[in-house]
Amino acid sequence: MIDLLFWIEFAPERASNLAESVDFLFYALLLICGGIAFAVFALIFGFCIRYYQGSKGKHQKRTGSSTKLEITWMLAALILFLGIFVSSAVVYIQMSQPPDDAYEIQIVGKQWMWKAQHPNGRREVNELHLLVDQPVRLLMTSQDVIHSFYIPAFRTKQDAVPGKTTQQWFTPTRPGEYHLFCAEYCGMDHSRMIGKVHVMEAADHERWLEETAETPSLVATGQQLFIEHGCAGCHLPDADQQQGPLLQNVYGSRVVLSDQDVVMADEQYLYDAIMLPQKHLVAGYEPIMPTYQNVLSSEEVLQLIAYIKSLSTAETAP
Amino acid sequence: MNARISHPQAAMQPASDEPNYLRAGYGWRSWFLTTDHKRVGILYMISITLFFLVGGAAASLMRMELATPEGDLLTSTLYNKLFTIHGVIMVWFFLIPSIPTVLGNFLLPLMIGARDVAFPKLNLASWYLFMIGGVIALYASIAGGVDTGWTFYTPYSSAYANGHVILMILGIFISGFGSIATGINFIVTVHKMRAPGLTWFRLPLFVWALYATSIILVLATPVLAMTMALVALERLAGIGIFDPTLGGDPLLFQHLFWFYSHPAVYIMILPGMGVTSELISCFSRQRIFGYRFIAFSSLAIAILGFLVWGHHMFVSSQSVYAGLVFSVLSFLVSVPSAIKVFNWTTTLFRGSIRLQTPLLYAFGFVGLFTIGGLTGLFLAATAVDVHVTDTYFIVAHFHYIMVGGMVMAYFGGLHFWWPKITGRMYPEAIGKLNALLVFFGFNLTFFPQFILGYLGMPRRYHSYPEEFQTLNVLSSAGASMLAVAYLVPLLYLLWSLRYGRPAGPNPYQATGLEWTTPSPPPKHNFVITPIVTEEPYQYDPAAAEAAERHQEKKELEHVR
Repeated sequence: MIDLLFWIEFAPERASNLAESVDFLFYALLLICGGIAFAVFALIFGFCIRYYQGSKGKHQKRTGSSTKLEITWMLAALILFLGIFVSSAVVYIQMSQPPDDAYEIQIVGKQWMWKAQHPNGRREVNELHLLVDQPVRLLMTSQDVIHSFYIPAFRTKQDAVPGKTTQQWFTPTRPGEYHLFCAEYCGMDHSRMIGKVHVMEAADHERWLEETAETPSLVATGQQLFIEHGCAGCHLPDADQQQGPLLQNVYGSRVVLSDQDVVMADEQYLYDAIMLPQKHLVAGYEPIMPTYQNVLSSEEVLQLIAYIKSLSTAETAP
Repeated sequence: MNARISHPQAAMQPASDEPNYLRAGYGWRSWFLTTDHKRVGILYMISITLFFLVGGAAASLMRMELATPEGDLLTSTLYNKLFTIHGVIMVWFFLIPSIPTVLGNFLLPLMIGARDVAFPKLNLASWYLFMIGGVIALYASIAGGVDTGWTFYTPYSSAYANGHVILMILGIFISGFGSIATGINFIVTVHKMRAPGLTWFRLPLFVWALYATSIILVLATPVLAMTMALVALERLAGIGIFDPTLGGDPLLFQHLFWFYSHPAVYIMILPGMGVTSELISCFSRQRIFGYRFIAFSSLAIAILGFLVWGHHMFVSSQSVYAGLVFSVLSFLVSVPSAIKVFNWTTTLFRGSIRLQTPLLYAFGFVGLFTIGGLTGLFLAATAVDVHVTDTYFIVAHFHYIMVGGMVMAYFGGLHFWWPKITGRMYPEAIGKLNALLVFFGFNLTFFPQFILGYLGMPRRYHSYPEEFQTLNVLSSAGASMLAVAYLVPLLYLLWSLRYGRPAGPNPYQATGLEWTTPSPPPKHNFVITPIVTEEPYQYDPAAAEAAERHQEKKELEHVR
């Protein structure tokens, strides 16, 4: 049935593990809502013909209303709607939980381009080369305004928000070339902030990887930044004076703050720690960390985060 | 003798010594300093018609640009400014004021047997605030323009956009106070000015709808004012509220903005629902089905409407749990809307239906609102929303509600009460034809956009990939049809002012108190205070049929 719709090009290409579930919901809703709309329109038409002024239908003044009927359709609507809520919530929750072994790509949106960096350090602009059947997690942020990373064929979309890290994940299931759009209005060239996603078979993907010159990995770049910007001066055990918290196993741990709050050290926490260090003050340390807001670019922060994450052993990572 | 088909809720008014409100004064002062709610309604009608033309012109240019995939007709900056003008003008200067300030102002006192609204001077002040805001917004649009979109998302609006963002915000800010004043005025009027015997459950459903709308206007609009003021502060003084580089949170803006703007969607639909209840009951000559359910569903929508704003933010990075809560609440708010549709449909049962122009518009409302509402379920369904949000699916959805719904209802109401407002009938045949043209033009414009959105075309795109062209061309073709259909009533309604058949006090044998007065009503509406002794909508389809048969028989005899 759905294949028939593909044939008439009514449905967009479906190329991710999530697409199937979203399309199933969409068509189920189409059927249900189409049915309701059809019933309402048929009744209106029917009544108009039957009870047209001068028609033979029984014209009779209504006395009273039917509370029973009102309650019936109220409950029917409520139960139906809650059913739709639950079935879509299941998929929405699935969308928010990337598998642990997902291949992680860092995405930075900026007016008006998408920058991507693979774990091996390889960079792309307005393009994304993916291996078919490999789960992918995108760790995203924006350098300026809000953008939204949207691949219609995957049925996923997530805003890239300045000052925040956001994520989305999917497993591409069909090799091919797909649209990448910015879906959140971001200024003059919003409609040119588009690109291509290439989903490739293993052999093609290998070839594509080899085409590029050797680049330092994401973690290595992060480590380089860590040293260049003097982070090591405070955050390493063998530093002259260790004035900041050690970063081994911080990622994924619970951190006690100076106001006794406990927060989860996730990517957003690390991002804030670098850009807005006064936001979360770790208990037992002086608030002396400067902000790196005007020093580091969004990409560099993500690289640093990659490095700090690599300092956590697998057991502590969430 | 003509059998009395149905009668209004109170006795017909005796003749008045006063001239009708249109002849109560002629100079410009008699209009610009008037405190007559009917004249204020006319002032609003003329102003929002002008704003509608501006917003419509912007939309026409956009649809022309979108006829081809390349961005060749307009520059991208101009295109972005056009959709901002279209959104700002249509939302704040046409849709929100449309039914409440035109039909509401004109009819509310008439419908409840009062001589004016509770605060007539405040009512005029509302119009001035509205106009000052409107003129500032227009100036900002023309002198340089603004390209933030009507949603003003930060940090784009506060730190990146060029142009007259602050002026535009100021215009919206000032006109918002007009909305608040109107809301307060209506609430007090409904509470304090009802005629003797006009209990809450004897009120026309249009009054219930206006009451619910006023509650939202009073509670939500101040939040918009604060939000807009904060954006201006950040832009002017660099105070960090929304901009992350100043320590602000860009999502905070979205929370505040939608806390206003989602209820505002109900400001833009509840009055239309009220009008539809009046029209369907009158033209099916049948008592409305489920009066209390329709009345209370208006209040339920007004209250629940405040709790669903986060459904605009499913992909914004708000937490998954917040997303789920907003999703379930959004499904709840659609229940009262569904109740209304079922009640309108059932009202037709065993009626005596006349397919006159206002009823065609009311059916248009029900049909398009049903489609708009049902596609809202797609958007409340989190996982589906992730795919279709920020695409043309959204654009189609809210146009079905706001244009398909509200504009249809406004046109229906305008035709229905035109004889009361002007004393003249509009030409029925052209009216019917045009109602059909609006309906087809609308569907041709916006139905393809549902498909475009599902195929993945993002909104606010000045150029787009070629495979989307066919559907865009269809949409643009529909838009030109719609443009004609919106201009035609302007012509024949103006024509009817001079050449229309005199209407008489109650041309439709409707039951509301407004129909007990002469058309147009005298300056102070009622010569004697009406006393209400029965429920609204005491239509009798059987009597209507009998009267019609009697009439036909008489005409036949006359021919012989």
